[in-house]
Amino acid sequence: MSKRVVVVGGGVGGTIIANLLAKKMRQELKKGELVIDVVSDKPEHLYQPGLLYVLFGLKQHEELVRNERDLLDPMVELHLHPAVKIDKDKNEVHLKNGAVLKYDIVVLATGCRPAPEMIKGLKEGGHWFYEYDACLKLRHELMNFKGGKIVLTIGMPHKCPVAPLEVSYMLDDWFRQRGVRDKVEYTYTYPIGRLHGLEPVAHFAAKTFPKHGIKSETLFNMKEVDVNKKTVTSLEGSTLNYDILITIPPHKGAQVIEDSGLGQNGFVPTDKFTLKMEGSNNVYVVGDTTNLPISKAGSTAHFESDIIVENICSELREGLTPFRYDGKVFCFIETGMSSATYIMFNYTTPPSPVTPSALIHWFKLTYNKVYWLTPKGIL
Amino acid sequence: MADLKDVKPTVTVDARGTYCPGPLMELIKEMRQQPVGSIVELISGDAGSAKDVPEWLAKVHQEFMGVIEEQGYWRIFSKKVKDM
Repeated sequence: MSKRVVVVGGGVGGTIIANLLAKKMRQELKKGELVIDVVSDKPEHLYQPGLLYVLFGLKQHEELVRNERDLLDPMVELHLHPAVKIDKDKNEVHLKNGAVLKYDIVVLATGCRPAPEMIKGLKEGGHWFYEYDACLKLRHELMNFKGGKIVLTIGMPHKCPVAPLEVSYMLDDWFRQRGVRDKVEYTYTYPIGRLHGLEPVAHFAAKTFPKHGIKSETLFNMKEVDVNKKTVTSLEGSTLNYDILITIPPHKGAQVIEDSGLGQNGFVPTDKFTLKMEGSNNVYVVGDTTNLPISKAGSTAHFESDIIVENICSELREGLTPFRYDGKVFCFIETGMSSATYIMFNYTTPPSPVTPSALIHWFKLTYNKVYWLTPKGIL
Repeated sequence: MADLKDVKPTVTVDARGTYCPGPLMELIKEMRQQPVGSIVELISGDAGSAKDVPEWLAKVHQEFMGVIEEQGYWRIFSKKVKDM
């Protein structure tokens, strides 16, 4: 009887896992001993890091999307119906169209989304660039901005922890290029007592912000936004006036995770080494879906995927799961419109940003173009 | 008050060996999503957390219950006493 692996979610993690597994277990697939399914609620796959460039008119929508079917190995079955329930006791994934997929192993790759509605007034008063339509709206605001106060606020949890820094550096450069930098007061806020969760990155920001004229306020956790007064108030009791409020909203995981009782706010309790759901033997969790206190980023999902695929393959063939995730993450950090640095770290080795350079910036731009090889399991 | 060692937390957040986004950020996230009355235990390998956490709790008017220093890590207990 054939084995079935169901991947719930067609983002970067889910797509890599399905494709790598199809490649590694080609013989089993051909013999009908293995079936791989991907469940996704949308036909398009979006390269989310590209939105940062959309904000400045440097990327167009068509450059950031591909048909999920075209990215997937032909031997992987794609179900374009949202999962409405995951029953881990019966090993079943229920789809909205009524279909029930019985699995031997399930991979939860449902991701997370900005949830500005979690903070009073934020959805109405804030602008964010983590979703395409919202990004375009902010782009128009910035293009029409003649000067005034911009405040950047950050909710918890959020994905891509370096993006708030990147957008700050890039906006500084962009306003300078437009000749209006002296008319813009830019304030970057952060939830804890330094400028970034990663201490070396916080030091890097503290050293470089003065040169960019970026003001900052730490220990700032949004409590509410007053749209009429154009103010944002923190839990810590500070109130800032703004003309444009740029926010990284707090994020929530997928509703199906909450509805299935698999994790609060849609984030699944996960073993940080095996990447299995805590207390479960046949449920793997990848990327933004985990509750792990590490970066919610595409690169995290990418490196986790390699481990999950090796373990699934080994488990199906030998009944063993010997591979362990070491917490590896790699992120580029744009430090303006023409320079960048990068960080690489894991559970035991902290990051150390290198001196920004044009070369790293161009490397990042190149990766933006070749990203599509990543979900295909090639890069 | 009961000995801190006997306290049964509503939730425990193990933030040891994490370089991003950091123990205090994990606590902030957890405190915001737990209901009033919850006790959150934060396990941190960063000595700075034992100082940062009480400072932040004081600023947002939540209760700092105390800290237990173990070998190479700290167990920090907080109680959510009002909505945030």
